[in-house]
Amino acid sequence: MKFGLFGFLFVMWILILVGGGITVMILGPFSISGFGELDWFIGSVIKAIVAIILVVIWILILSKLKNLIFRKEIKS
Amino acid sequence: MIELILPAVASCIVAFFVVFLMTPPLIKFLEKRNLTVKDVNKKEDVMVARPGGLSIITGIIASEIVLYAFLQSNEILAIIITTSAAFVIGYVDDRKVMGGWFKPVALAIAATPIIALGAYNSDLAFPLFGTVQIPVLYIALIVFMIPITGNTINSIDVLNGVASGFMVIASFSLSICLFIVQNYEIAIASLPLGFVSLAFYKYHKIPSKIFPGDSGALTFGAMYGTIAIVGGVEILAAIALLPAVINSFLFLSSVKKITEHRQIKNPTLMTPELKLKSTDDVSAPITLVRLIVASKALSEKQVGFVIFKLAIFSGILAIITAFMMGVSL
Repeated sequence: MKFGLFGFLFVMWILILVGGGITVMILGPFSISGFGELDWFIGSVIKAIVAIILVVIWILILSKLKNLIFRKEIKS
Repeated sequence: MIELILPAVASCIVAFFVVFLMTPPLIKFLEKRNLTVKDVNKKEDVMVARPGGLSIITGIIASEIVLYAFLQSNEILAIIITTSAAFVIGYVDDRKVMGGWFKPVALAIAATPIIALGAYNSDLAFPLFGTVQIPVLYIALIVFMIPITGNTINSIDVLNGVASGFMVIASFSLSICLFIVQNYEIAIASLPLGFVSLAFYKYHKIPSKIFPGDSGALTFGAMYGTIAIVGGVEILAAIALLPAVINSFLFLSSVKKITEHRQIKNPTLMTPELKLKSTDDVSAPITLVRLIVASKALSEKQVGFVIFKLAIFSGILAIITAFMMGVSL
């Protein structure tokens, strides 16, 4: 059990690092043009939506992982 | 760097000794006024003084004022105002039972001084990959971060000494991270949190003489979150806080709604040998403590040490990540 918790922590850390990489690579260079002064605002809103989607995916992966690691304990 | 040594030493001394000296009279004052609660993890009717948030916030304000006298930065001002607001919110919840949504909403409002004082940088720094500019999203991040850190620390305050002990490990890890990324001013501003937690742990450790209450736990969490934002170390702070984040995540994913802990079933039971074991009630929420005792009943002290080991592990991961901040792929 204790190893499971340490493992879960470690996987969360890896997911943060990978998520950071995806965020920087996808959101970092992203920009939009053609809307004049609204360019930065629309760009930010799109970045926000992509970031929220990434967070939702991160939570779903963690939920699956939680069930996988702690299946026995959760059912008890 | 050298010129920061005196303010750092002065603020740490003030932080530690204000809490260390103020807590015993506060315990007496609370006991005299019958402001005590039953320690649910003890067999006998042990009554413990609550809330201890007053000594915690006094130590934080006094030490940060000392720092402000030397450094006069908006970041320190933001730490003082937001943390004080979190204390008031927690104190209201200590005295009057509020709904589940009160704390998250009120703490989101408490985060606004950080925005108003401009004490943030909207570049979000990630290890290995660099930074990403998210000006609009970052404002939302600030508003969400304080309720998350506040409630996360509050949710781990379930056993004697755990919240303050966990905070000692997490906040010193964060301070080391800030030194590694060479943000010396905020690193020094973060040190009082560790020393305040350490002084409070003296009275909060098992057997507790005082509980921090919502006012203490929210003060710890809000200050931690504010330091993360003004120091630009949001990711590092999240990593150092991972065991508490897991606790909140497990709780929310099993309860599936924002609710007060007092409104849910107890996920653990006490054995006749005074050990904690997981409940057989499948409708009770899954928490970090329930998972720790799932395979084997453990004493309250043993569970606390497992949580501290997890905190040390995540603190080490945060420090490794801080070193990775200087590396670019």
